[in-house]
Amino acid sequence: MGKRDYSPFGADAKRAVDSGLTAAEWYHTEVPRKVMKDLMARSDGPAIRDTILLYGSMILLAGIGIALWPSWWSAPFWLAYGVLYGSASDSRWHECSHGTAFKTPWMNNWVYQIASFMIMRNSATWRWSHARHHSETYLVGRDPEIAVMRPPELAKLILNFFGILDVLKFFPTLIRNAVSGPTAEERTFVPESEWGKVQRVALIHLTIYLATLGLAVALGSILPLMVIGLPRLYGAWHHVMTGLLQHGGLADNVIDHRLNSRTVLMNPISRFIYWNMNYHVEHHMFPMVPYHALPRLHEVIKADLPPPNRSIAEAFREMWPALKRQLLNEDYFLKRDLPPTAKPYREDFHQYVPGMMRPAAAE
Amino acid sequence: MPWISACSTDDIDAEDLIRWDHGAQTFAIYHSPDGQFYATAGRCTHEDVHLCDGLVMGHLIECPKHNGQFDYRTGEAKRAPVCVNLRTFPVKVEAGQVYVEVP
Ligand code: FES
Repeated sequence: MGKRDYSPFGADAKRAVDSGLTAAEWYHTEVPRKVMKDLMARSDGPAIRDTILLYGSMILLAGIGIALWPSWWSAPFWLAYGVLYGSASDSRWHECSHGTAFKTPWMNNWVYQIASFMIMRNSATWRWSHARHHSETYLVGRDPEIAVMRPPELAKLILNFFGILDVLKFFPTLIRNAVSGPTAEERTFVPESEWGKVQRVALIHLTIYLATLGLAVALGSILPLMVIGLPRLYGAWHHVMTGLLQHGGLADNVIDHRLNSRTVLMNPISRFIYWNMNYHVEHHMFPMVPYHALPRLHEVIKADLPPPNRSIAEAFREMWPALKRQLLNEDYFLKRDLPPTAKPYREDFHQYVPGMMRPAAAE
Repeated sequence: MPWISACSTDDIDAEDLIRWDHGAQTFAIYHSPDGQFYATAGRCTHEDVHLCDGLVMGHLIECPKHNGQFDYRTGEAKRAPVCVNLRTFPVKVEAGQVYVEVP
């Protein structure tokens, strides 16, 4: 395929549309309607419990951090607070953007707004980018949420473990959004009716950051920034670690989530922070299933999926060599074996798209 | 416009929907929790996805692709990313059969 062009205005984006790839129907494992209805059922209980636990822990950890400040004894509390702020907010943002975390819409919306602020995403813009990520997952030039582009820029990936690139990109965009609404690129996926909302959200976020900064200057201390803003840097590593595993090293330009997404079994603490998004193939195939039902969905469809990685470490051991190979050959991707019970991968489509993924590239 | 028999009332569980195709058109037929029947266009107005795999909650249908929601009684778009309302069609029930007035 040669050099990939990730621009929404580039040749690959155009080719994905012209070839019919963007309109093609994605593969789904068959699940009886009654079972699926049961899995999709909404409830408030699990998310209320988890939200109280999350925000309660954050208040407690930040409180201890402030009480012990500026002693180094406060560091472990900040590190734990940072992970909840800078990483758990990613999964809360994600699940609430789907509207599946809670049954009650206003609860989804409130947690979505708070999480969007913490993870430094404009809540009005990112709702739309994530819809595109689901329609056109890892279609080059079309999916605005491709975390690992090819060839992978490993230095950038490592910098982002501390949120550095995300934050450097966020603030100029925030100011532009506050001044003039969505950027030209954002206007490709945010409908015009929402442009005013993008600007309003940006103004609110900007006001909070300016107030925090003002307080820090007035106190002559970075303490206010330790609570608001900086944890997006020092606590980002967990969401980057789990986020890379979602699709890293796997296929792009396919219409079968078993080829481009990864399910990883994880320890309970990471699953709490990540809100079960480690069941990533399952989530992409059936985005209506709430996070708390994903383990059950996994049991229902696992005979049709490649076996999950059994730990975060094992998944990295699988992904990292693939990323390194992509440095030399950007067409390379990992193609995991399916169990004998599974239907074959849906890759027929690609044989009709000149230059798109060739199974031979996966040898 | 003709009334066409689409299905029997027993074909749809309460608080659920089915797909019904007629000629070149495709519809979604709903059985609400209060025992009423409704019909809308079958495909979401956001992208070309059929609503039949979606979830009925009360009087809302949630699209299976991006969780957009419509009130299936009026077709009103209720939750992003859907912005355009869904077309609705008159329905009547006679002798256990659901009839849709198709255009
Ligand atoms: S296709 Fe229905 S919400 Fe996107």
